Amino acid sequence: MLKLIGSRLATAIPSLIGVVIVTFLLTRVLPGDTAAYFAGPAATPQAIAEIRTKLGLDKPLPTQFVDYVSALSKGDLGTSLSTGQSVAHEIATRLPASAELTLCGLIFALLIAVPFGIAAAVKQGSWIDHACRLITTAGVSLPVFFTGLLLVYLFYFRLGWAPAPLGRLDVFFSAPETVTGFYLIDSLLAGDLETFRAAAAQLVVPTLTLAIFALAPIARITRASMLHVLSSEFIRTARASGLTSKTVILTYAFRNAMLPVVTTLGMVFSFLLGANVLVEKVFAWPGIGSYAVEALITSDFAPVQGFVLAMAILYVALNLIIDLAYGIIDPRARSEA
Amino acid sequence: MHGVVDPASAILASAEQPHGKLLEVRDLTVEFATRRGIVRAVEKVNLTLAKGETLGIVGESGSGKSVTSYTVMRILDRAGRIAEGAISFSGIDVAHASEREMRDLRGREMSMIFQNPRAALNPIRKVGHQIGDVLLQHVQAEPRNVKEKVIDILNQVRIARPEERYHAYPFELSGGMCQRIVIALALACRPQLLIADEPTTGLDVTTQKAVMELVTELTRARGMSTVLITHDLGLAATYCDTVMVMEKGKVVETAPAEQIFRNPQHPYTRKLMRATPRPGIVLGDLLPEGEGGVAAHSAPAVATSDVPLLKVENLIKEYPRQGAPSPLFAKFTGKAVDPKDAIFRAVDGISFEVKKGESVGLVGESGCGKSTTSTIVMRLIDPTAGRITFDGQDIGAIPARSFAHHPIRRRIQMVFQDPTESLNPRYTAARAIADPLLRMGGMGGLRGGAALDDKVEELARMVGLPADLLDRFPHQLSGGQKARVGIARAIALKPDLVILDEPTAALDVSVQAVVLNLLEELKQTLGMSYLFVSHDLHVVRLLCDRVIVMRQGRVVEEGTSQEVLEAPKDAYTRELIAAIPHPPV
Repeated sequence: MLKLIGSRLATAIPSLIGVVIVTFLLTRVLPGDTAAYFAGPAATPQAIAEIRTKLGLDKPLPTQFVDYVSALSKGDLGTSLSTGQSVAHEIATRLPASAELTLCGLIFALLIAVPFGIAAAVKQGSWIDHACRLITTAGVSLPVFFTGLLLVYLFYFRLGWAPAPLGRLDVFFSAPETVTGFYLIDSLLAGDLETFRAAAAQLVVPTLTLAIFALAPIARITRASMLHVLSSEFIRTARASGLTSKTVILTYAFRNAMLPVVTTLGMVFSFLLGANVLVEKVFAWPGIGSYAVEALITSDFAPVQGFVLAMAILYVALNLIIDLAYGIIDPRARSEA
Repeated sequence: MHGVVDPASAILASAEQPHGKLLEVRDLTVEFATRRGIVRAVEKVNLTLAKGETLGIVGESGSGKSVTSYTVMRILDRAGRIAEGAISFSGIDVAHASEREMRDLRGREMSMIFQNPRAALNPIRKVGHQIGDVLLQHVQAEPRNVKEKVIDILNQVRIARPEERYHAYPFELSGGMCQRIVIALALACRPQLLIADEPTTGLDVTTQKAVMELVTELTRARGMSTVLITHDLGLAATYCDTVMVMEKGKVVETAPAEQIFRNPQHPYTRKLMRATPRPGIVLGDLLPEGEGGVAAHSAPAVATSDVPLLKVENLIKEYPRQGAPSPLFAKFTGKAVDPKDAIFRAVDGISFEVKKGESVGLVGESGCGKSTTSTIVMRLIDPTAGRITFDGQDIGAIPARSFAHHPIRRRIQMVFQDPTESLNPRYTAARAIADPLLRMGGMGGLRGGAALDDKVEELARMVGLPADLLDRFPHQLSGGQKARVGIARAIALKPDLVILDEPTAALDVSVQAVVLNLLEELKQTLGMSYLFVSHDLHVVRLLCDRVIVMRQGRVVEEGTSQEVLEAPKDAYTRELIAAIPHPPV
């Protein structure tokens, strides 16, 4: 197992080097002059040139790259020009916020979509199959900012069940001591149930918004994968042996059908994490997506580089986890490695 | 767990019945709802099975033999339903029993073993657990003693080192071993009825013999009744008391095994009998009476010249051992990996010749290296060492990568085992046949031209494929028609050597008979040489002048077909010949 993890990580190194080079070049070729932006509209050419020298933007590209890499090796991702904060610090606080939201959304989606997909496959062509199709199509067709706003309108404005969509915690609470950066976990570790409840309350509506969107791919792949497995010969053997439908469906069919579901999950997760900018905007969520978009608009390249790098590392980690999950589910994958 | 009706008591009651009938099927009709409407898969089938009796259901694909047995167990898929008739098993009305009653019967009172044992087992569950699931389901074991019982059952089906194999996954076991596991699964609860659906199709003859003997022994010892579903008359003749022949969903003849083979009544039974390869016949004898084909040539010994067309010398192919005993597998089986095992010799220094106009059979069981040899001769893969000379030219030296563009390539063609998989599903029959003409026949410029059409039609005529089928796609053709397309494609460039890789293995016997005769006829008209790769010695004998028997990458015996089959010198060849079941004719 350790050997597997080691070899996977080793294969990830070239892609990470590639990511470092590509993001560096990309942020340099993007239109917009950082120095001019920060000098302000009334700045003289001399002032702009001065800022450029200060930022090191007048040096040749290779020199800039060497500077960037040597800083990176010390764990320094640079400083954001618009906030003045260290990028590494900002990402460290914002990434857990996004990850917590995305994970909650994903788990919630899983809890609904997987049983739904199984039921739709087992009772193919029944009302539950049609309901599955209808709901997943609707979920994937509605844009998240729309469902987000709709849910806020309904649960906060109309019904008053949800707290105001203003970030991760109500203003009356202070954030728990940072251990994992996940408020739900940190508050429990601190033994502070009040904060836990408050953090959970803030999470419910954005989680629901994301879950509705993530429902469709998971339910669809579960259904398709279950249908495929249910028609295979070993299921016929299991039925011919008199096993109950529960054993046949859960122990025999579902475990085999899980492999494509796990693959999809990895993709859905990384996709949601980067793409939930809109949800973060609607709920004033201090996440990494909105941070990156703002930095991109202001040509603030240090945060953009940091964001892309963080996502790349996350993606590598995610793929590793999926590979390990594969190994746990499927003995054949284990022996191939 | 169990339903209101206790099947055990019902069985006890039926045991008192004087006739000792275990299974009785009356006027069974099964219908399938398909897109093209209702299809009757089985019509008015009657059968009776006494306790301890073995019934063979014989028929070709589409005869309804499998559907009949699935219906008895009520495991038809959703589209199928019993339209008419009654099934009585031990006095239980199977057609009207509740799902719960049926579940208790399945696996405990009646069970089934399937074709393709590897696919019949859950790929990601340990085989020991799969057997344990059945035992626990039918309360034949408790969680604390289930492992013990499973190991006991593994012992009964003669699995060596059962404690280790308990933890094995199907992919770690050979085909024959997987079939033993499937048998263990089926017999775990000591049922009264065993339905074996093509249990040995796809297994080697020696494995087939071992598996069938195991089934016979276990069922006899337990006084079980068996239904053996097979397309192989020889198998039915060897192992069954009564044989029922089915054609297109109907029973055409039921009689004691001995009688049905000595004196077949129905024309279809006679046709099947004739089409089954057996000792002492010639190719033409396979076809129905009056359809002589090439029957005129009494023996396959046709004039062959002494000029060698293909000469293979000391051919070796090595592979790095992958997967087989991987470190992880070795860890939990406790076996140390020998560094010498790192290299596996699939072909271990073989030499042979094919003369102009000659057919040579390459025979052996799976893993003996026959397919590797034919693939190397086809120059699809490179040999590790050795020489291959074709018509005086050393083709072994040409790398496999560039052989496709070599002028000799068009003189060597191949017919593949699976007629379906070896055709591009998006090409019509005409396009598939035209493919080599377009690529290598210099007819590329005539794409869609009249000359090309004429040539394709001529080829179709030669292989007996009706011209109106040329516009069809593979899925619209029958197995035999697809085989003809594959053959037409192979002979399109008038090759000197055709490699036939088990060309009839996936076909019904009556279709096989026609295709074999077609191949012989084509060989004579076109003067080709054949390298016929097969596991079936009887088929090889009919088509080939000489036979090479391979085992573990080496040649164990070589000689004329007659010599090898009638007076085999090597013990392994004798074992192979003895393992082939054949009707008592």
